[in-house]
Amino acid sequence: MRTILFILRKEFLQIFRNKTMLPMIFLLPVIQLLILANAATFEMKNIRTCIVDMDNSTASRELISKFKGSPFYTIVDYSFNYSDAEESIREGVSDLIIEIPTGFERDLHIDKTAQLGLVADAINSTTASLAYAYSSAIIKDYNLEIVTKVIGKEVKQPIDVRYSYWYNPELDYITYMVPGILVLLVSMIGIFLSSMNVVREKEIGTIEQLNVTPIKKYQFIAGKLLPFWIIAMFELAFGLVIAKMFFSIPIVGSLGLIFGIAAIYMVVVLSLGLIVSTISDTMQQSMFVSFFFMIIFILMSGLFTAIESMPLWAQKINIINPIAYFIKIIRMVMLKGSGFQDVLQPFLALVVYSIVALSFAVWRYRKVA
Amino acid sequence: MIMFGIPVVQLLLFGYALTNDIKNAPISILDHSKDEMSRQLTQKILSSGYFVLVENLEDDKSIELSFKSGNIKQVIIFEQDFAAKIKRDGSASIQVLSDASDPNTARILTNYITGIVGNFQNELMRDTKLPIEIIPEIKMMYNDEMKSVFMFVPGVITILLLLISAMMTSISIAREKEMGTMEVLLVSPLRPIQIILGKVLPYVLLAFSLAIVILVLGYFVFDVPVRGSLVLLLFYSIVYIVLSLSLGIFISSIVDSQQSAMLISMIALLLPTIMLSGFIFPIENMPWPLQWFSNIIPAKWFIIVIRGVMLKAIGIGILWKETLILFLMIAFFIGLSVKKFKIRLE
Repeated sequence: MRTILFILRKEFLQIFRNKTMLPMIFLLPVIQLLILANAATFEMKNIRTCIVDMDNSTASRELISKFKGSPFYTIVDYSFNYSDAEESIREGVSDLIIEIPTGFERDLHIDKTAQLGLVADAINSTTASLAYAYSSAIIKDYNLEIVTKVIGKEVKQPIDVRYSYWYNPELDYITYMVPGILVLLVSMIGIFLSSMNVVREKEIGTIEQLNVTPIKKYQFIAGKLLPFWIIAMFELAFGLVIAKMFFSIPIVGSLGLIFGIAAIYMVVVLSLGLIVSTISDTMQQSMFVSFFFMIIFILMSGLFTAIESMPLWAQKINIINPIAYFIKIIRMVMLKGSGFQDVLQPFLALVVYSIVALSFAVWRYRKVA
Repeated sequence: MIMFGIPVVQLLLFGYALTNDIKNAPISILDHSKDEMSRQLTQKILSSGYFVLVENLEDDKSIELSFKSGNIKQVIIFEQDFAAKIKRDGSASIQVLSDASDPNTARILTNYITGIVGNFQNELMRDTKLPIEIIPEIKMMYNDEMKSVFMFVPGVITILLLLISAMMTSISIAREKEMGTMEVLLVSPLRPIQIILGKVLPYVLLAFSLAIVILVLGYFVFDVPVRGSLVLLLFYSIVYIVLSLSLGIFISSIVDSQQSAMLISMIALLLPTIMLSGFIFPIENMPWPLQWFSNIIPAKWFIIVIRGVMLKAIGIGILWKETLILFLMIAFFIGLSVKKFKIRLE
């Protein structure tokens, strides 16, 4: 035990003496959390719309004013020529064209059907389909309005669909993203510190000095893991405080549960980092390997895109993705107030994972050079 | 080997696994009426391909439970006497509860349901069709099949080029400093500019061939076309690689260890590049301070350019502003690092 304490002391001395690293370890995650939480939104508040009104009638103006009144649209341009409007999409000035052809009002009154064009820049298919859904809802509303005017009584839809959004009634993205980003930052710091650690000693040559001491393998690994574990847990706590104070993210579930699971999760992450570190010969190598896995883990973790919509084989890959488990758990506990029973399955997965990874790290570390 | 393996694996993974459209969302149905019409509508919803029925709930209490255990995205509730009410009153109601802790999915699924119910209604009212109808005609420009890879291929190129160029150079220079071999280079008769050129050229070649590998893969595996001029596209890739390299040199001139170089690249480059460049999240939707901040992210400008050339087939005439910005950034970082590059050790 005493031996472990000495290694701990050495590691902390090294961390706190490094004047470039220290602010980065503690400040950057905070800044990142503040910035990135605000950036990650699919919410369309600002569909830049170009209107081509060739009809210029009462009906077309009424319809346009509906779009103007909606908080989702910003009208950037009026044009009387469709190809000008298409040019504005090409130049990236607008995202959507609403084209009302000549004779729109006449068709509406005489033929009882009229057409209009919606043209969207679909390079980002998600935003394009959202823009389309919003627009067709507005057009449908307007349609019902005219029908009501013509018939003189309100038209009843036979099926009345009522929506309610649980756990996040305002559909606030920040609430959704912050727990995930928090996990991401803690994991990145953890994997970075641990994967660079042993290999750094190798490269500088100090590993030899450690190898000739009577330190046991498990003591060595424990001494390497614990400091980073403490830093990571501290950052998690710090991040949660920021989430609560700046973003007023609800923490519905139990804090104890979050930290308990985080404790195990961090063992997984740090052991993975140490494995990478003991396998590699140079820091460049270890950095490359950990980067490779981090990027895959992050992008597959469900932080940005829903896991359910991935193909089955990709979901299978996620079995070895610790970030996916923890993001799932922290979102469930923080936002929905799920209890231990509800997260039991991912929790057990993490426990098994931590045991496997930790024993592998101990086994793989060789005291011979 | 690893250098080429990584981007290929990543692109394949992203191209296949990362989609923003949602398929097979797990839902539960609570059908209080269990009549002909509610069954028909359930059938319609489940056959759409967007939803998979996980369980039929029996009472309101089990709703909360099925949300909390985490796997259900939506619960659809039919009120009692659904069909009878439609016949008698002309209207009956459905309740759709969404798990909005993931607002994106909730919103998209809600749109799907609205669409399906709308179609079902139109079928119901075939005889009593709306007397006046506005039919929107839709055109999805540049991506009529609405594929997510159109967004990911340019995005992955941008991120990989930046990472490889900026991170690798910054680390390799920091490594020379740390190992003490920088001294050897400094006492040699080489000029600083020669040292730097020698250091970055291998990475230029590496990054450039990677860009080509990704483009070829995107074209053959995912049918992502290069609609504009290929020469222009390659030209921009080189410009961007040079920019990333100068960024890398700049980083290495302010740090003294590989560890710090890596931490800066990872935290100050990787995340902002993924999130503030418009790669996944549109910049227009961000609050204005972030929109303003995104202007200093090199990847933002490159993504505009590469999407423009690849997918919209536009040329330098329209992109002159972005091109100018990229060049100014190169000049800025090179100027700064030449100023900071010291021939003497401290």
